Amino acid sequence: MYEFTYHRPTSLADAAAMLGRSEEAKLLGGGQTLLPTLKQRLARPSDLIDLGQIAELKGIREEAGGLAIGAFTRHAEVAHSDLVRRVIPALADLAEGIGDRQVRNMGTLGGSICNADPSADYPSAVVALKATVKTDRREIAGDDFFTGMFETALEPGEIVTSVTFQKPDKAAYAKFRNPASRYAIVGVFVARFGGEVRVAVTGAGPSVFRATDMETALAGNFSPDALNGIKVASDGLNADIHASADYRAHLVTVMAKRAVAAAG
Amino acid sequence: MANPNGIGASVRRREDARFLTGRGTYTDDISRPNQTHAVFVRSPYAHARIRGIDAGEAMTAPGVVAVLTGADMEADKVGSLPCGWQIHSKDGSPMKEPPHFPIARDRARYVGDAVAVVIAETREQARDAAELVMVDYEELPAAVTSVKALDGTAPLVHDDVAGNLCFDWHLGDAAAVDAAFAQAAHVAKLDLVNQRLIPNAMEPRAAVGEYDRATGEHTLTTTSQNPHVIRLLMGAFVLGIPEHKLRVVAPDVGGGFGSKIFHYGEEAVVTWAARKVGRPVKWTAERSESFLTDAHGRDHVSHAELALDKDGNFLALRVATIANMGAYLSTFAPSIPTYLYATLLAGQYKTPAIYAEVKAVFTNTAPVDAYRGAGRPEACYLIERLVEVAAAETGIDKAELRRRNFVPASAMPYQTPVALQYDTGDFAKNLDIALPMVDYAGFAARKAESARRGKLRGIGFATYIEACGIAPSNVAGALGARAGLYESAEVRFHPTGSVTVFTGSHSHGQGHETTFAQLVAERFGVPIENVEIVHGDTSKIPFGMGTYGSRSLAVGGSAIVKAMDKVERKAKKIAAHMLEAAETDIEVKDGRFVVAGTDKALSIGDIALQAYVPHNFPLDELEPGLDEQAFYDPKNFTYPNGCHVCEVEIDPETGVVEVVNFAAVDDFGRVINPLIVEGQVHGGLVQGIGQALYENCVYDEESGQLITGSYMDYCMPRADDVPSFAVQYHEDQPCTHNPLGVKGCGEAGTIGASAAVMNAVVHALSDLGVTHMDMPATPERVWQVIQRHSHAQAAE
Ligand SMILES: Cc1cc2nc3c(=O)[nH]c(=O)nc-3n(C[C@H](O)[C@H](O)[C@H](O)COP(=O)(O)OP(=O)(O)OC[C@H]3O[C@@H](n4cnc5c(N)ncnc54)[C@H](O)[C@@H]3O)c2cc1C
Repeated sequence: MYEFTYHRPTSLADAAAMLGRSEEAKLLGGGQTLLPTLKQRLARPSDLIDLGQIAELKGIREEAGGLAIGAFTRHAEVAHSDLVRRVIPALADLAEGIGDRQVRNMGTLGGSICNADPSADYPSAVVALKATVKTDRREIAGDDFFTGMFETALEPGEIVTSVTFQKPDKAAYAKFRNPASRYAIVGVFVARFGGEVRVAVTGAGPSVFRATDMETALAGNFSPDALNGIKVASDGLNADIHASADYRAHLVTVMAKRAVAAAG
Repeated sequence: MANPNGIGASVRRREDARFLTGRGTYTDDISRPNQTHAVFVRSPYAHARIRGIDAGEAMTAPGVVAVLTGADMEADKVGSLPCGWQIHSKDGSPMKEPPHFPIARDRARYVGDAVAVVIAETREQARDAAELVMVDYEELPAAVTSVKALDGTAPLVHDDVAGNLCFDWHLGDAAAVDAAFAQAAHVAKLDLVNQRLIPNAMEPRAAVGEYDRATGEHTLTTTSQNPHVIRLLMGAFVLGIPEHKLRVVAPDVGGGFGSKIFHYGEEAVVTWAARKVGRPVKWTAERSESFLTDAHGRDHVSHAELALDKDGNFLALRVATIANMGAYLSTFAPSIPTYLYATLLAGQYKTPAIYAEVKAVFTNTAPVDAYRGAGRPEACYLIERLVEVAAAETGIDKAELRRRNFVPASAMPYQTPVALQYDTGDFAKNLDIALPMVDYAGFAARKAESARRGKLRGIGFATYIEACGIAPSNVAGALGARAGLYESAEVRFHPTGSVTVFTGSHSHGQGHETTFAQLVAERFGVPIENVEIVHGDTSKIPFGMGTYGSRSLAVGGSAIVKAMDKVERKAKKIAAHMLEAAETDIEVKDGRFVVAGTDKALSIGDIALQAYVPHNFPLDELEPGLDEQAFYDPKNFTYPNGCHVCEVEIDPETGVVEVVNFAAVDDFGRVINPLIVEGQVHGGLVQGIGQALYENCVYDEESGQLITGSYMDYCMPRADDVPSFAVQYHEDQPCTHNPLGVKGCGEAGTIGASAAVMNAVVHALSDLGVTHMDMPATPERVWQVIQRHSHAQAAE
């Protein structure tokens, strides 16, 4: 790591002010991505602003029938929350499947979505559950939040404060883990709201996307068989030593079917 | 009554309380007053000429004490890291042994090759300054894979090694093999890759160098499996320090798997630099450095053919292997694909003729050397895959085909056509025990049940035999070993009856502090708490060879037994004197020295006290004290053997392989501590399963960059990847030539498991027409194989 100045503000306003003071300052969530990056000397922030002492960024509440989850809520808290389990059990399942215990005990919802790793799990829930991302400045529709690989709609200096997820009638997340990192090679979040079905795919492409053909098919017949023969195109999908684009395209259908089956 | 902590007792590992509570002392835990920190500048290129190094800016960075390069080492006449085993090619010429300097001089030959070292007050300062060292590289084309490196057009890793060929060696009788193939009713053929692995010991390598100006003594504390070997190699060949002025300490070591046998350049650098800068120098590898620079394992590309007669009897085996040595010869690298590999190609079978050719090749990759099993897993994998192919092709049941060809127990001792003489083993018995453990007869029903759930099920076998406790020294010497292969021990009774055992073996996870103490507890009836095992310090223990090749108990334990024999002989004399009996009348019973036929008896504690306070002692006949040393040079290798059976279920939609059942039956000879043995087997099996399903070291074939340079891409097996193992052993085939009857258990799991898993995987896919796939059977690879064969089947 290079040297930096560490700050631990206790209010959102203080954090925003500190962040505004230097272009090279960075927010610290659970540190699960940022700290390894610093250890490998791949980033050189002047200041680290730890969000961990800001009460406004924490906690899980029921809101408008759905859930509002503070940005600095750890994955383990979401996974083990009775409230989440009752309102949107698929979201608790998703959180429970992130990384390993150590990562879940540290990593946060805000850090995960702001990092916008193409193989992160939460982006699929943000899109499938018609979420709204709240920041210290505005509200951003979940559909508009992820703009590319490691890219979001956030402006410089903007801080995510919470995410509200809408409650679906049925939902499930099916993940095909990278055997080494345990991130998603492909993760598919399927959610049904009345006659509308959302199928959000993470891991497969540069950024989370909706499989609209699958959504249409499932809206007519919410069963795994409805997806028979429906495949996303492999063009433009990610490819690495673990999974080719073709394999990922294939897995999207397999995982989508499994998610539909699990959603019941 | 037998000692509750004696031989055969599952004593819990005494060392674990220390390890589990964070109280172990590892090299990185050691800090010396006034210590400095070393960070290496490493080549970012697989192959590059070093045109110049400008350390000017780095030298002025905060905290920097020195920046040293290969040129500085050359000026100080530092030598090359020696290779401990010399192989001769078919034509009699010695292997090519290009120099391997601790810091590269004019050329860097793999990504991670050290080109300079920065020494600073803190590690962070050294890291900061390392980024300021300007190395003027001229990138050169790289030879990355072994097959391409040999093709005659590849860039040369060393200018004076033509065709990158280190040696072209062979073993066995080519003419006899050719004749047998001419008679064969069937020939099974197989091309297979045994992929490169990265060892991944939990503790990264580390080293602390110290120099005492007052005494002229150097001390190296290092993560080593064999400190005396390091002292000998580094002292005599690299730094020119005589043994009496060089102490090497290997304190607690957190796993080695072979990778900490070798003498690494960093050890020489910190030892040399400590004198140069006049302060202790410490280096601890970062995990990324471990990936790049720990000696890797395996990396064989082979073609194999097995000739059978019409009844399925094996007639001959022919093998051609290309073994990747990496950029330089690591300490024992040449012995691995030769005497630890080709000599094992008979396996458990009475194949009368075997011929193996091995080409060892230099590439622009990290050096490759022994990794748990070292040559023997490669041999086992090759034979057992080939036997399974032969079974499939001839239609003979795979268990039956093996049974038909086993060397029968009645044929022991058995001379193989590839130089080894097996002393004991009952291979059919291993199989007989294993089959009911996995309900072999019920497999078809389980397969049908899996099919109903849309899954493919397969069952695979591997029988293995390994040669452990490499020996005797003179035989190994004739085969090219440049070291002895004995072990040392000293058993020192103290005046009040407690014991310190000094062993040349080195524990880095094996539990010696428990097993070795059990030997003493059993022999002399002392409570195990009164026995201390000391290892890993050249200033304390007699010259020892350390731990590798599952040798500790068979060789190191035997040395302890020999030292205990000497203690007992002397104690008998003392007892006879004290009890006023004839020496011949003294019997040792449950650790007590008894006058035969009487109730007159002494404990070893009584005798030890008299030995050190010799008031009633035969001083004109015996020296005082009770402290004996022994060296044990084995008469033969030991031959652990066994039968592993694996059952897998494959999800054809995703290609995921699940190991659903695994049984291991092993013959380790006599077992001292069943709990530790079972732990060793479990760990070995997981490593073998890791190779079969998960682990793969991948370099970019053009640039030579290590793609799997972190755990994000290098997949280690996890606890939840493996089933509960069914493990059994039997003890009725003890080793005939060491006093304990033990064979060794450290590598067995790794040797058998990969083949068993892959045989199960291929079996599960066999209905699709699959006859082979290479490791690791990752989800995508399995899926691709299924795709190819489903399409092929559909096209038919
Ligand atoms: C071994 C390992 C395995 C993992 N496996 C998975 C997995 O399976 N699935 C998965 O989804 N993830 C996985 N992760 C990622 C992890 O779960 C975290 O979600 C992720 O690292 C980021 O969250 P964090 O809270 O740690 O953020 P940090 O690392 O602290 O920050 C990440 C980025 O977000 C910014 N940031 C943080 N909070 C805010 C905020 N409130 N507003 C604006 N910007 C902010 C930071 O400045 C930084 O740029 C894994 C990580 C590791 C180390």
